[in-house]
Amino acid sequence: MNYFPDEVLEHVFDFITSHKDRNSVSLVCKSWYKIERYSRQRVFIGNCYSISPERLIARFPGLKSLTLKGKPHFADFNLVPHDWGGFVYPWIEALAKSRIGLEELRLKRMVVSDESLELLSKSFVNFKSLVLVSCEGFTTDGLAAIAANCRFLRELDLQENEVDDHRGHWLSCFPESCTSLISLNFACLRGEVNLGALERLVSRSPNLKSLRLNRAVPLDTLQKLLMRAPQLVDLGIGSYVHDPFSEAYNKLKIAIQRCKSIRSLSGFLEVAPHCMSAIYPICGNLTFLNLSYAPGLHGNKLMKLIQHCRKLQRLWILDCIGDKGLGVVALTCKELQELRVFPSDPFEAGNAAVTEEGLVLVSAGCPKLNSLLYFCQQMTNAALITVAKNCPNFIRFRLCILDPIKPDPVTNQPLDEGFGAIVQSCKGLKRLSLSGLLTDQVFLYIGMYAEQLEMLSIAFAADSDKGMLYVLNGCKKLRKLEIRDCPFGDAALLEDVGKYETMRSLWMSSCEVTLGGCKAVAEKMPSLNVEIIDESEQMEFNLDDKQKVDKMYLYRTLVGHRKDAPEYVWIL
Amino acid sequence: MAFEKDLNLDATELRLGLPGSSDESAKNQTPATLRSNNKRALPEESMSSNATASKNCDQETAPLPKAQVVGWPPIRSYRKNNLQPKKSEGEISGIYVKVSMDGAPYLRKIDLKVFKGYPELLKALEEMFKFKAGEYSEREGYNGSEFVPTYEDKDGDWMLVGDVPWEMFTNSCKKLRIMKGSEARGLGCV
Repeated sequence: MNYFPDEVLEHVFDFITSHKDRNSVSLVCKSWYKIERYSRQRVFIGNCYSISPERLIARFPGLKSLTLKGKPHFADFNLVPHDWGGFVYPWIEALAKSRIGLEELRLKRMVVSDESLELLSKSFVNFKSLVLVSCEGFTTDGLAAIAANCRFLRELDLQENEVDDHRGHWLSCFPESCTSLISLNFACLRGEVNLGALERLVSRSPNLKSLRLNRAVPLDTLQKLLMRAPQLVDLGIGSYVHDPFSEAYNKLKIAIQRCKSIRSLSGFLEVAPHCMSAIYPICGNLTFLNLSYAPGLHGNKLMKLIQHCRKLQRLWILDCIGDKGLGVVALTCKELQELRVFPSDPFEAGNAAVTEEGLVLVSAGCPKLNSLLYFCQQMTNAALITVAKNCPNFIRFRLCILDPIKPDPVTNQPLDEGFGAIVQSCKGLKRLSLSGLLTDQVFLYIGMYAEQLEMLSIAFAADSDKGMLYVLNGCKKLRKLEIRDCPFGDAALLEDVGKYETMRSLWMSSCEVTLGGCKAVAEKMPSLNVEIIDESEQMEFNLDDKQKVDKMYLYRTLVGHRKDAPEYVWIL
Repeated sequence: MAFEKDLNLDATELRLGLPGSSDESAKNQTPATLRSNNKRALPEESMSSNATASKNCDQETAPLPKAQVVGWPPIRSYRKNNLQPKKSEGEISGIYVKVSMDGAPYLRKIDLKVFKGYPELLKALEEMFKFKAGEYSEREGYNGSEFVPTYEDKDGDWMLVGDVPWEMFTNSCKKLRIMKGSEARGLGCV
């Protein structure tokens, strides 16, 4: 292996960009490990508690871009208490003290304080890119620090964060000298922004390609922004409410027609649906359309809009599109790869407007479909079998029937056969979420056929431990398993504890596992953190091993127990 | 079928079904409602029945009652909080928050959007839980009552109802709690 000098190997490694591949490269031999670690610039850490910032810094001194994920996925659905963990501050603090020249930070489901943002903004001269997804804990004051201090900022991308909006002047904090912005997304902010400052910022950002506005940006500002930034590729419209006979609307029509590069459109956080015709000129070029926050857009107006979008590859929509609307999608969007249908009224289970019919239509009309998130009223085995036949290329298949244990309404059977058909047909399936009435049988199919499966989400399913065992034994590439409200107990949990070291994490809540079972896992596997989350404080008073555990989250780690767990988290 | 009814087999039948799907909700509870995180005490004896419950798919399961199961459907909180479902154009959905009162056996939910201000909210709470809140003053809080309305804000702190402007309150209130007696001391109570 020493045929080439290190520089040559390093040059070769430059072409290897995926994290998985670079990880593999580092395992070949000591010399490759060394070269790889010095040349690595981008690191992805899927669980922030699996490693420490100190070890990260020690191994990758050339680090420029860090991606961190914090809370487990079920935190999105209020199953993880508020202050469970996932704090980014220690990471920023450690990086700031080191010589790392951090340029990019991407966080998901982490707690980000204003202090962290301020420290971040002041510690890294070349900091370029901040992406926060589903994070919380910060206010617009933190954003002001980023705007003011990061002189070469290219990207500020805030996706679905809970931000305390102090209605301050954070946008005005971008200095006049800041002309480097490529991407600005503040759609999730609720407060007012200084519109003049926004217009000036866009005017002096010739490289701006992506701009997503919040609800507080009115239509006439939008029109001015588009006039100044006709080079935009990705646009998120805030408020789209106006009088169709107004001067502003006419100007908007002209402005939009100049934007020949827009490929991605989202937002419409407030929408007057009778004015969508101004958008038609850019629809023909769109590859991504996200109308999932625009419940005001439905019926014929929505269908007319979609009919203009012949090149669409990704569509995020609300279920008020209806089965009929999905039929229009099927006829129009032949390039469609990803479809997400969200519920417009999540708690009125009887009113969901899409059923298995819409899905079947899309599967028949869009053979390239490979990624699905579908909230629906009902599903049948026959429909799933048809979908599996029409679309064998699914990589992600997430089905959510609003009534979680609803059987096939036609046959009254569980949906085992339908999902079985999906896993058997879609040989590349990496992510699967199940719902509906399901027995152990579906898990037998999953274990048998889902060879590439990496993430599985299960709720209100199965009859016995066998279900979980089929999955653990069969799915060799499983990385994340999250289970709620299933009758899986200690027998399943303890059958093969070594398996959990090959996975990132396991979540089990409202199942049948006991405290004793969890203790046994922790004892046998010191490389795992086994966390019991118990807000009711029952665990303190009743240490009976036979007691059922409400929430258990276990994950592999190289750094032992974390020190920042709140009182109600017990690490075994 | 009539024969079975006379023997009352329905009453003793073990099956997996959600509440609302038949009258005998005690026997038919699924793990979901048994483990729900709310403050209600749930019957312990049904737990054992679920591991061996046979499925009765012939009986139609009624749709889930509103908001009974924590975390279902699996939608991000951000989306739930920010989507205003269309009812008619111009109408905005309500801000539903839980209301608990110390000592009450179960919680209620109210829509903050239907109230124009604090006086109306307090009146509704007083009627719902049969108590008197007393007079609010900025300096002393609620005088003249052993019940004090409080709320949890976005930061997780427990605040006295009435201090901030109404709109700020409706935007930041996550849940309400009517505190009683000694716990309320120090919050401006007599």
